Amino acid sequence: MASALKQVAAGDTVSLQAGLNDLLTLDMAVTELREVNATLQTASIETNDDSWQILNPRGSHAVAVGLDVPIKVIVKGSTGYYCAGMNKQATVHVEGSVGPGVAENMMSGMVIVDGDASQYAGATGHGGLLVVKGNASSRCGISMKGIDIVVHGNIGHMSAFMAQKGNLVVLGDAGSALGDSIYEARLFVHGSVKSLGADCIEKEMRPGHLEILSDLLVRAGADADPTEFKRYGSARKLYNFNIDHAGEY
Amino acid sequence: MEHTHPTIPRQSWTFSNEINSEIRRAASSGIYDIRGGGAKRRVPHFDDLLFMGASMSRYPLEGYREKCETNVTLGTRFAKTPIELAIPITLAGMSFGSLSGPAKEALGRGATLAGTSTTTGDGGMTEEERGHSKLLVYQYLPSRYGMNPDDLRRADAIEVVVGQGAKPGGGGMLLGQKITERVAGMRDLPVGIDQRSACRHPDWTGPDDLEIKILELREITSWEKPIYIKIGGSRPYYDTALSVKAGADVIVLDGMQGGTAATQDVFIEHVGTPTLACIRPAVKALQELGLHRKVQLIVSGGIRTGADVAKALALGADAVSIGTAALVAIGDNDPKWEAEYQKLGTTAGAYDDWHEGRDPAGITTQDPELMARLDPVDAGRRLRNYLNVLTLECQTLARACGKSHVHNLEPEDLCALTIEAAAMAQVPLAGTNWIPGQNGF
Ligand SMILES: Cc1cc2nc3c(=O)[nH]c(=O)nc-3n(C[C@H](O)[C@H](O)[C@H](O)COP(=O)(O)O)c2cc1C
Repeated sequence: MASALKQVAAGDTVSLQAGLNDLLTLDMAVTELREVNATLQTASIETNDDSWQILNPRGSHAVAVGLDVPIKVIVKGSTGYYCAGMNKQATVHVEGSVGPGVAENMMSGMVIVDGDASQYAGATGHGGLLVVKGNASSRCGISMKGIDIVVHGNIGHMSAFMAQKGNLVVLGDAGSALGDSIYEARLFVHGSVKSLGADCIEKEMRPGHLEILSDLLVRAGADADPTEFKRYGSARKLYNFNIDHAGEY
Repeated sequence: MEHTHPTIPRQSWTFSNEINSEIRRAASSGIYDIRGGGAKRRVPHFDDLLFMGASMSRYPLEGYREKCETNVTLGTRFAKTPIELAIPITLAGMSFGSLSGPAKEALGRGATLAGTSTTTGDGGMTEEERGHSKLLVYQYLPSRYGMNPDDLRRADAIEVVVGQGAKPGGGGMLLGQKITERVAGMRDLPVGIDQRSACRHPDWTGPDDLEIKILELREITSWEKPIYIKIGGSRPYYDTALSVKAGADVIVLDGMQGGTAATQDVFIEHVGTPTLACIRPAVKALQELGLHRKVQLIVSGGIRTGADVAKALALGADAVSIGTAALVAIGDNDPKWEAEYQKLGTTAGAYDDWHEGRDPAGITTQDPELMARLDPVDAGRRLRNYLNVLTLECQTLARACGKSHVHNLEPEDLCALTIEAAAMAQVPLAGTNWIPGQNGF
């Protein structure tokens, strides 16, 4: 294993070890968060800075945020809030669990969490794919705007609140008030749903939906039969204020 | 038989014509009244304060000869690139969607000509605005409509909106009539539906979380941009202290009279702390933390004249921000459209159904024909003129108090005309040394 000292962003020197699979390493036991993010944000695929591992994340917040290059980042451990926030293009793989707001406002790319995710996973995401191999807590996919989310386990209450666009796939069960005040997002749940929120109803699963679902299951490495899922979406009764529906809020 | 004299008809004060008409409106529609603008009731305000001016114990500066500086730097606490303004007046965040593209362009042009910043709003950043604003503050709102890292990096500062003076604790509302394809596209929602902006952020609650959220925003933007926190006038002492704790570079404090694009009238008129009453508690919090002038304070809500600007600064603000006044400057509620206001059942000066999108002045609308009535170049010039007048008036008052920088104005330059204003602004009632609430009285 060779180790090298390389000049990176902003003239800082970071020790980069070219590992077995050509992984460049950022060790948070010795490297500050600012340097970790600045290095990843300015990494370049042209110079083969495309595969990274982050050691000792130790629950740090805002790890690997604001990336906008098609690089791969493996996080060896668990992170705090907002891991991979506003991600574009990059693939961030957390080999641990994540705190609140993982992949919040993601635009594109992919975020994979091997463990569990805390509240607001994928909140307001505009694009890309978020995969949680464990469970996700409450408000998963809140206000989602085009992101796709696949949760292998269960999700907590108030998930997909005001969800606007995109797909949320749950292989386990969903908590109470699923899809409250939902707009045009599609929700696919394999297990039980404790309760549906205001204006969210079960909807017919048509061939087009099965296609979307099958594709997401494959991309998320999930082994499940798409025909066993139920689809939920908006009844569209609260889209324009109507006094006769005021009691439903 | 002697004739009995009738009494003149007497209208109830409790059940005034205004109140009765609201009861009839509610009974016929079944829904609360939604409108734009700020509180219409009178509350203690800057008009209730006077500058005492210079005399034997203070000497003034010569109005046309001696300098009185007006520049202000915002974001000196943590940001690598603070904002430098020529004048202590900024343009408040007003959403694209509530305002037309040409109106946003006019605000950008006017602000840039006057050497100050403008602010986006709910619904995201438009090219009209970015392109015509030298300094643009990008709002980070609960709805996150149009939020993306590229615009975050194109901004000169980021404003995390916690609340607005018109509706502390309330979310936003853009009714279907104004949701055109462009507006809907920017918000990732279908055309023509009502758009409710949430009242809380989706991925944090409370100042401890906000501190981490701000860390994330700084990490995404390389710690370059000043981060503002905007709060509605509510509990200004605590809200300011907690904003400092959460890591704000700048605090925007919007008093109860502050304007809104569309909110329930009951919310506008009955929730919040008046602007006059917000400033001293906020300044006190900053002073106790040793951060007055280090974390800058921008005050808004009912700022109309250079006197208002000067009084807000004298009470300790670093700058003020304007919304409604800027709209009036570019042509909102102009009597030249009176015939059309009449057709809408209102009159110039009272038109506030901004959410309906039928604004004769072409400002609070998405209707292409109405929008075309506003020439952004001409409107931008009017805004520049107005901002210049505010600045000149503020300087005039500052010189009269002997100040070579508008920031040197201080509470000691002021007295109050009413006991209420004296108590809220914590300056003496005119002709006395009595500040209600101090020294046990
Ligand atoms: C038409 C209009 C739209 C507004 N939109 C927003 C908004 O999107 N976000 C926000 O924080 N405040 C918004 N505001 C409030 C202003 O930023 C500001 O707080 C207020 O207008 C200040 O009070 P003033 O109007 O008395 O100057 C809006 C105000 C108006 C008049």
